[in-house]
Amino acid sequence: MSAITPAPEHRATAFGADVLHVEDLRVEYVTSAGIATAVDGVSFTVRAGERLGLVGESGSGKSTIATALMRLLRPPARVAGGRIVVDGVELQGLSDEAMRRMRLATIALVAQGAINSLNPSARVEDQILDGLVDHGRAGRREQRRRVAEVLRQVGLRPEVARLFPHQLSGGMRQRVCIAIAISLRPKVLVADEPTSALDVVVQHQVMETFRAVQDDLGAAMILIGHDIGLMAQFATRVGIMYAGLLAEIGETRKIFGNPLHPYTRLLIASITTMERKTELKGIPGLPPSLIDRPTGCPFRDRCPFAMERCAVEEPLPRPVDDRLVACHLY
Amino acid sequence: MTTIIEARNVTKLFGNGRLRSGGGTVGVADVSFTVDDEKPTITAVVGESGSGKTTLARLLLGLAAPTTGEVLYRGKDMRRLTRSERRRFLGDVQVVFQDPYDTYNPFYPVEHALQLTVRKFGLASSAAAARSLIDEAMSAVGLRPEATLGKRPHQLSGGQRQRLMVARALLLRPKLIVADEPVSMVDASMRASILTTIRGLHERYGISVVYITHDLTTAYQVSHQMMVLYKGDVVEAGDVESVIRDPQHPYTRLLIDSVPKPDPDEPWALERPSEKAARVTPTTCPFVDRCSRAMDACSQAKPPLFRTSSTRAVACFLYEDAHRLDRSELNTVLTGAR
Repeated sequence: MSAITPAPEHRATAFGADVLHVEDLRVEYVTSAGIATAVDGVSFTVRAGERLGLVGESGSGKSTIATALMRLLRPPARVAGGRIVVDGVELQGLSDEAMRRMRLATIALVAQGAINSLNPSARVEDQILDGLVDHGRAGRREQRRRVAEVLRQVGLRPEVARLFPHQLSGGMRQRVCIAIAISLRPKVLVADEPTSALDVVVQHQVMETFRAVQDDLGAAMILIGHDIGLMAQFATRVGIMYAGLLAEIGETRKIFGNPLHPYTRLLIASITTMERKTELKGIPGLPPSLIDRPTGCPFRDRCPFAMERCAVEEPLPRPVDDRLVACHLY
Repeated sequence: MTTIIEARNVTKLFGNGRLRSGGGTVGVADVSFTVDDEKPTITAVVGESGSGKTTLARLLLGLAAPTTGEVLYRGKDMRRLTRSERRRFLGDVQVVFQDPYDTYNPFYPVEHALQLTVRKFGLASSAAAARSLIDEAMSAVGLRPEATLGKRPHQLSGGQRQRLMVARALLLRPKLIVADEPVSMVDASMRASILTTIRGLHERYGISVVYITHDLTTAYQVSHQMMVLYKGDVVEAGDVESVIRDPQHPYTRLLIDSVPKPDPDEPWALERPSEKAARVTPTTCPFVDRCSRAMDACSQAKPPLFRTSSTRAVACFLYEDAHRLDRSELNTVLTGAR
């Protein structure tokens, strides 16, 4: 049996120091229709060894956060405020060259659709070597040894090094992407929807691989996705994003056991399982436009508990029952 | 009893095997399946990529011709339909594709797709009659015409676009809708509304649905019966409740166990292949290399279907004590499901 079990409770205290610190991050997209605020003041920290899941519907800002963490946002996107500190280094102040050195070595991203971004005309080993060579690590022989080692870490045979991407299955390609991401032993590993193109059985293998390499590196990990079941199984903490805000963030068990924010409650209530046939429930309504954001709480139009206050005052994250919740109910 | 679509021992091979000694690739192998007008049913066809589920959909839609076997529309081979029969077929059998982004022409307002259907099939005699038909179809899928008409495709959400495609199919009052992964590209919160719509059309208009998906959870939620495909073979089929409650084929079990449960205290564990797992050849079980229950018998012959109850069949030697079921009789367990 192989199992991906969430870290037991006692491990929660065994996490290391904060390696990622995001404070009041704001990201805007400048569009012809106006400025769209994709991330509107998000703060969180991730400790070494921890796995934070960020969930939300499309447009909630999760992928924008991933891109911002790598400082890879390009116009029309721009960071409008806040800070990101990775392993004690504040990203905004870095020169482009210094940031380039941070990527892969300190913080690495397995981007959305990475599995289709491998170079079709280069062998797997050359694609892994790219990063090693660029960061000027070790001699030729040492580099080859490192390629074999990272392939082993992601559960691929050494022969895979000589193959081209088209010779690999989807799951193997994703594991090559993971191998590239961990080749310089980063302290923070970000994965954006890493299994959305994969079959369920392969998804399990890939998440098992992530768990193994993250354990091995002792890295902090951020998993971005929309599959709530996957978050429950993989993340030690989850943050629920809505319209660019963190509605609720806390330990996975706490949130699944007792969701507090009305959006989290509806999200968890809308999960269908194979336990029994249920009324298929979505969350009625649509998220608000990110351009000309309404005042107050962005969820209020869909919220069954909306009060007058929700229309005028934006709820700030407050500590409630060992987590942060951005809702006037608390 | 009117049979709308009947697939008889349908096999589809890709590549004719002459160029390479390895032979062609199996799309689907020896599948028999019936859609009956009198017993409208929602059938889920589940499997991973490469399982042949989309190939099966294309065969049922007449978009691909079988290599052997035949697909009949109202008793007549699809390849020999006359022009007018072909037209009737298009009215009876409709499709909803996976990608709601690709199916619209971005230059036209979204209702163009519906108007085209009304016009081509002569469904309305006046513009007012066309408008009321379109309004009715939109309301049936939960779209407000006044909020949707006149919009361009990019102004609607993926969920709205997909529901509009269901509305388009509904205009023709089909007997069968083949839905190929209709919700896989749509946000989770929108999925429910599309699936509820599909289930509602079945209940309200007696439309049969073939729901092609890799998602067992939604397959369980919307369908009455289920066919599990693996590398082109039907490995398990039966009524959905018993297949999900008590999966018999180790592959079905693997699929069910792979779905992460939204409860951090439930384990997410998969069984490893057994020590008897062996290389797959045309004369072994197609799943023998990954199977947790593989036995010697599995690498000696390809398992036939066994009828494990009046509404179940499974292609696995674990059940060889049960009666054998000829593959052409597969629909006897399926139509027995209701």
